[in-house]
Amino acid sequence: MNPSTTLIYDGSFNGFLTTVFVAFDEKLNVADIQKNSECQNGLFSETETIFTNVEKAKRVWNGIRNKSHNAIANVYFAFLSETEGVELMLYTYIQKLMATKSGKQLDYSDGIVLHISQLARKVGREKHRMEAFVRFQLTKDDIYFANIEPDFDVLPLISKHFRDRYADQQWLIYDVKRKYGIFYNLDHVEMVSLNLSDIHHNKTVKSDAFKPEEYDYQTLWNEYFKSTSIKSRINPKLHTQHVPKRYWKYLSEKKEAV
Amino acid sequence: MDFDRIQEKLNILADAAKYDVSCASSGSDRTNKNQGLGNASRMGICHNYTSDGRCISLLKILLTNHCIFDCAYCVTRKSNDVKRAAFKIQEVVDLTINFYRRNYIEGLFLSSGIFKSPDYTMERLVAVAKKLREEENFNGYIHLKSIPGASDELMYEAGLYADRLSVNIEVPTISGLKLLAPDKKHEDFTKPMLKVKNEIVRYKSERKIIKSTPKYAPAGQSTQMIVGASGETDKDIMYSATYYYKTYQMRRVYYSGYVPVADDARLPAIGSQVPMLRENRLYQTDWLLRFYGFAVNEILNNDHPNLDMDVDPKLSWALRNLHHFPVDVNSADKRLLARIPGIGMQSVEKIMKARKFRKLNWDHLKKIGVALNRAKYFTVCDSRHWERRDLDAEKIKGMILQTSSGKFRNQYSTQLSLFN
Ligand code: SF4
Repeated sequence: MNPSTTLIYDGSFNGFLTTVFVAFDEKLNVADIQKNSECQNGLFSETETIFTNVEKAKRVWNGIRNKSHNAIANVYFAFLSETEGVELMLYTYIQKLMATKSGKQLDYSDGIVLHISQLARKVGREKHRMEAFVRFQLTKDDIYFANIEPDFDVLPLISKHFRDRYADQQWLIYDVKRKYGIFYNLDHVEMVSLNLSDIHHNKTVKSDAFKPEEYDYQTLWNEYFKSTSIKSRINPKLHTQHVPKRYWKYLSEKKEAV
Repeated sequence: MDFDRIQEKLNILADAAKYDVSCASSGSDRTNKNQGLGNASRMGICHNYTSDGRCISLLKILLTNHCIFDCAYCVTRKSNDVKRAAFKIQEVVDLTINFYRRNYIEGLFLSSGIFKSPDYTMERLVAVAKKLREEENFNGYIHLKSIPGASDELMYEAGLYADRLSVNIEVPTISGLKLLAPDKKHEDFTKPMLKVKNEIVRYKSERKIIKSTPKYAPAGQSTQMIVGASGETDKDIMYSATYYYKTYQMRRVYYSGYVPVADDARLPAIGSQVPMLRENRLYQTDWLLRFYGFAVNEILNNDHPNLDMDVDPKLSWALRNLHHFPVDVNSADKRLLARIPGIGMQSVEKIMKARKFRKLNWDHLKKIGVALNRAKYFTVCDSRHWERRDLDAEKIKGMILQTSSGKFRNQYSTQLSLFN
């Protein structure tokens, strides 16, 4: 039997796919797959560093997709969950998938298969929430700017939605937790890394980074939000079930004072 | 823009519009054209929820709350002493665009009190939509309220710009309408509905031949009925809903528990409770009719003119029709499966698939997601005993209520809690 190997990759999705390629190609006995930023070598395994190779990544991507569209979505979404140890689980999942004749026969009573699809579903829910809960604020240089702080790394998943919707305005959505953003420059979306000193969530005082009328629109929206409730039907439990409190600080309609 | 003035108007005109329960932004898949602004998501997106738990997805406002009519159930009625306001066309356009650009909303839901005449009002609603589409290149969702009595020409134009059109019938019976909305005639509602239906049909058939035919009201039309304002029975309500679904191909009928807004001898007094549970039961019935293959007279008829409040309408029907049961989940056709209490449409699909591989027993059904606490009294499967034994309807009901009291009582949610 081959000695087991821990594979170290750069943390990117392409890097992960390249790792899978190498592991399959060299028939490695994989002990673990770890990001280079947080690797802790196992005591009894060799390590091998993988260099991201887009061609190889693409072949793995296509291989999974040809088996099942559902599976490729599950793999990508679950990867973005950033769950500890998800890489090795995904690797096993992909092995199982490749062993089936048509990808549809994946056995959902299998622990790993079930777990991956649950992770993917959670990330999917977060994606939808971010599409709903992004609140842009117009900056003085005409960029619609939004902060988000999602539980999972969903920026890559929401990029298309916002590009399709806001094709005629420049916008930037910034992930406060992961310290990077996606920026649309009226032509295409690019990833940008910023280190904002000032996080504009809705309790901060007025910032002169934004156009003055920005605050007028926020107030209008805030007031609108209040006037839509019918008092005799109030149901706070239902409300927080739909809009969990951890999202409130970035919702301009939940603002307490500007 | 004078923000203080706009804000005052917005407060008045959003407040008056909130009784319209329709909020859906779904059913349209308008795409972004020419690098413009916006698109419509087929499923719709709720950007927030009101504190009463309803989805906020559209900027829902009245163009004005001036009204020449005096419908008893309406806050905007002429005789009500409230602050009045009116938006200018451009103000509504600016609000919509600026809210949309900030990702607050999916689009606009514009309704209005009737000022001067139905046509004068309708013309302005159409002008807002036209401006949004043609000058702002806006492709988000637009729902326009048709003004009862508006002319065919205006209705036709409205459908060219709007994703959805609706006329609220409000009062489900003609006699109730006479009593509560003496200024309106039944035809004032049905004429615009008919016009819109015919245009939708015509455009659809033209699109089959000429692909470039523009879309006409792609999300169809809807209407709303007030529940509990004019003493009608659930039977009256659901029979007229069925009539509107059939005759005008409504996409949705909404039921809105009457919120007392007027001191009027013809109406429930101010402070009386909003009939939310009843509203919920009506939505459940609506689902049974649209997706479960029930005919309205099976659920509501002269012997049974009102829905039960303590159990959902499907269970109630089953209890009255025990002779159809037990149903064998391993052999029954789809239609019958869908009639078993505790089995939702999703479970029906799963059962049909799974039983090709093996005979299903209680365990399988449970895994599939069937609510056995209800289903077990109405089903046989590949497990030995049949739970109903010789229980009669009263006893079954009692046992079910006992095991699921939390779920059935206090069901005051206005979002559909979808029963199985
Ligand atoms: S016509 Fe419409 S706005 Fe006017 S009173 Fe009647 S329901 Fe209210």
